[in-house]
Amino acid sequence: MNIDWNSFTPWASLAGGLGIGLATALYLLGNGRIAGIAGIVAAPWRAVLARAPLQAHRGSLAFIGGLLLAPWAWRLWAPWPAVSVDVGPGALIAAGLLVGVGVRLGNGCTSGHGVCGLSRLSRRSLANVLAFMGAGFATVFVLRHLF
Amino acid sequence: MGSFIALLSGLVFGLGLIAGGMTDPAQVKGFLDLAGAWNPGLALVMAGAIAVGLPAFAIARRRRTAWSGAAMDIPASTVVDARLVGGGVLFGIGWGIGGFCPGPALVALARGWWPAALFVAAMLGGMAIHDRWLAAR
Repeated sequence: MNIDWNSFTPWASLAGGLGIGLATALYLLGNGRIAGIAGIVAAPWRAVLARAPLQAHRGSLAFIGGLLLAPWAWRLWAPWPAVSVDVGPGALIAAGLLVGVGVRLGNGCTSGHGVCGLSRLSRRSLANVLAFMGAGFATVFVLRHLF
Repeated sequence: MGSFIALLSGLVFGLGLIAGGMTDPAQVKGFLDLAGAWNPGLALVMAGAIAVGLPAFAIARRRRTAWSGAAMDIPASTVVDARLVGGGVLFGIGWGIGGFCPGPALVALARGWWPAALFVAAMLGGMAIHDRWLAAR
């Protein structure tokens, strides 16, 4: 195993993680809710599709609003970090569809099962995290080293 | 009050994602690429988040209500079944292809980055497909 020291910034990663943990703690202790982004997006989205009132999803919508403000708040103090993607539009659509179906079937994503689930020592979340991590490692291995 | 806490939580969550490099799919795929030039960043992001999450959930477990007055809403299910694991596998494949998961994709979309917008649109489509045809009955 060789570590990519050009892109690995341990302190930035750790600081980012602490921020995510802080936000998770605030949403949990302040609002009594799990900061799982898949669920926060899926619940109001389902209501929109069913033409149901969004009143019950005010908290989720406010959380999404905060997420969407984040890059602009960041820009007040620091330049937007470089971002790059190495696949085309077709692959991005396939990735989005898989993620959308997968997080609903499995009831959570990197935040809901990863951060929150592991933090509350849930066996269910551990099973899901092992599944998505394993599949993620395998997918990148196949795409980058077998083709 | 609840909505304000939620907005602030989302904002801090998003700033954490940006600081941790998670809005860059190249960093995420660098973590998932064990056989290549490996970037352990995502593991440290998770470790940092869980280090704060562990005590927070320990405190939450002993409380009935949140500061906003809302009831504590923590999942109680412990069932490990095919939906849970299969869903994780599908999510992992999609994550490995694009390097996007839901939170970072929303933040990158808000910055006006078209690949993130395309991913989020497809993700909403995937969620709708699930709810229409694959939802548990």
